[in-house]
Amino acid sequence: MSRKDSAAKNAASKLDRRNFLKGVAVAGAAAGAVAPQAAGATPAAGAATARIPSVLPPSASTIAAETGTPAKETNRIGGTAGSDFMVDVIKTLDIKYLPANCASSYRGIHESLINYGQNKMPEFLTCMHEESAVGMAHGYFKITGKPLMTLVHGTVGLMHATMAIYNAWCDRVPVIIVGGNDADAAHRPPGVPTFHSAQDINAIVRDYTKWDDTPVSLQHFAQSFVRGYKIAMTPPYGPVMMSLDAGLQQEPVHTHNGEKLSIPKYVPTSPPAGEMGAVREAAKLLANAERPVIIVDRAARSENGVRLLVQLAEALQARVVDIGGRMNFPKTHYLSAGRPAIANADVIIGMELSDFWAMVNSYIDNGESGIGINQSRLKPGTKLISINSVELITKANYQDFQRFQPVDIAMAADAEATLPALLEAVKAAIPNDRKAAIEKRGEAAKKGREEARARAREAAAIAWDASPISTARLVMETWNAIKNEDWSLVAQSGNVSGWPQRLWPMEKYHHWIGGSGGYGVGYGAPASVGAALANRDLGRFSVSIQSDGDLMFAPGVLWTAAKHKIPMLAVMHNNRGYHQELMHVQRMSSFRNRVASLGGDMGPIGTSIMNPDVEYHKLAESMGWWAKGPIQDPAQLGPAIKEAVAAVKSGQPALVNVWTQPR
Amino acid sequence: MTRSFVRVVLAAVAAGTVALASGPAFAAGDAAKGKANFTKYGCWQCHGLEGQGSAVTSLGKVLAPDPLPWESFSAFVRTTNRAMPPYSEQVLPNEDLADIHAYLSSIPKGKDYKSIPLLNQ
Repeated sequence: MSRKDSAAKNAASKLDRRNFLKGVAVAGAAAGAVAPQAAGATPAAGAATARIPSVLPPSASTIAAETGTPAKETNRIGGTAGSDFMVDVIKTLDIKYLPANCASSYRGIHESLINYGQNKMPEFLTCMHEESAVGMAHGYFKITGKPLMTLVHGTVGLMHATMAIYNAWCDRVPVIIVGGNDADAAHRPPGVPTFHSAQDINAIVRDYTKWDDTPVSLQHFAQSFVRGYKIAMTPPYGPVMMSLDAGLQQEPVHTHNGEKLSIPKYVPTSPPAGEMGAVREAAKLLANAERPVIIVDRAARSENGVRLLVQLAEALQARVVDIGGRMNFPKTHYLSAGRPAIANADVIIGMELSDFWAMVNSYIDNGESGIGINQSRLKPGTKLISINSVELITKANYQDFQRFQPVDIAMAADAEATLPALLEAVKAAIPNDRKAAIEKRGEAAKKGREEARARAREAAAIAWDASPISTARLVMETWNAIKNEDWSLVAQSGNVSGWPQRLWPMEKYHHWIGGSGGYGVGYGAPASVGAALANRDLGRFSVSIQSDGDLMFAPGVLWTAAKHKIPMLAVMHNNRGYHQELMHVQRMSSFRNRVASLGGDMGPIGTSIMNPDVEYHKLAESMGWWAKGPIQDPAQLGPAIKEAVAAVKSGQPALVNVWTQPR
Repeated sequence: MTRSFVRVVLAAVAAGTVALASGPAFAAGDAAKGKANFTKYGCWQCHGLEGQGSAVTSLGKVLAPDPLPWESFSAFVRTTNRAMPPYSEQVLPNEDLADIHAYLSSIPKGKDYKSIPLLNQ
């Protein structure tokens, strides 16, 4: 493909890797100079150091080198490797890490990264599974707002990575995925490398990436990599995919018609903000509402987004229901509310909701005629406003766009970018004669908030001393051990009934990384390690509530954390089953008037992870973690976590295996 | 369900067994068997092993302590048409259901959250 096309047009192609034996003879002359000259360009690889002429007689070794048969050939490719230039391109984008599982189809760029690029910016992180690598990049972005790139084998490696890419797509997280692929069927090695090649590897993930490309020249790579980064980093964020031909990586740099290679300058694209007419109309509805409710899912992309949401909520004294795609709104704020608030609303604004329909309707999975019941949660006449950037990138196949929900005002725009204008418009739209009523609404919310907090603590106290340990106890013993740290919860939900969100003073954007997006099991462990990596560099303490089933999808990420010295505390919520599925099978059995077969376990056959029980503490210990467990006595939990915290503070990852109640 | 009935149930719980009504007939509930049945029939999955419930899986509903009175309890289990699947008598015999009710009734009241330091920070 690329190399053969260019060979037809350019005599320099005689130096390609297929002709390297011939090329050796002219290697010295062919050492390519590719000094960048384009405007806004960055210096590139290949600028060979000029040899200084000498008047001294040659040494014996020089004579031998110039007249004898070389004992060992050097630089057999006959010039600067194309992948060195690729590294130059990558380095312009300040990508700090590259979690990846090694693969022959990207051996060229792998070698360039660690040798030519000195394994810095990006630093290669050894992963045991491509799904782990993408999951780590996912978690890392949630903390830093900066993307990572990963390299995958073009076919089998990309197949491994797909679920994590789908999660990133659904969660609107940028990841730069580069897949090695040897496209030249006539020249690539037969056997395994050909099994691992394809015409169009990007097709595997095209339905759930924002953009993809297959560069056929180095200049094409430079354009595509910067373009891909820019697309990934323009809200709504998302993963991008690039197929990287093995030949293009390994062939020497050569230019077309004297054209010099250059690297385009990256300039961030400003996110799309709501059209002002629609913003003012929305503000008017909100300002005149009796019971406005703000629902947020991925509205905040940063700490500033949290601040803006607080200002909007306080201007309206509107309750805020945070669905938790991100940490959008402080859980300690008196306007933070649960979903029941939605049923009382007369105006609802949904910001970056992944499923607006499910916010204003309920679905009861009662098996009625095999489908269940749909019911509206809304009072008649309730007005709906939507700000959602995802409308700009809706695709057809995968159903992440959820059910269609008609609304009264819709803005295909980024919520955080729209918030400043919306806030000002709301302040301007509030009539003077409504200000007292709005203030009174705030007082009622404060009272309701205290009552809700007391109810949560009452619920947490139930089964406090139970064994297996209640999830409320698990969460609060963990909190007790980390409360004095600059903590960050790097778990999705942990499937612990939302106790951290209900009981921890979760206020800052980095206090929680939010959900996975696509709910693909196996996200939790790698995302937590990726987020912990980011927190390590920021001096924060990372804590995860780690589910058992999730960890077993790709436990090798534990080794990656130890290998790269990523400290974090993982407290296992080990309920010894795939609990969601366990309940589904039970539900089916009951609908069908049958007793569920347990097969000697506690859950229906195929859903339990017991007999034998997985000793997660031993698993973690074998991979370099400090670990303890299984903890079944709630009285032993606090001391065990305290020990683990000390290990984490010494720089180690630490895991406490806890046998828990189901949820 | 009358208050007097509840008092009878509570008195029976104190005695170790519960006199329970299933339609016109009464069945003696056995708390120990009920605990096993609570697992066997999958009740624990959504409601927790102690009947404590979950904001997610039982929508916050707490079964114990103080479960619904037997008549309401059994009627709900047999006829629910909401999120919880119904359990017919064919799947969950009355006697086993009575044992489950006895188990839930036997679970002692938990601590007051105000007495738990971790819940008062």
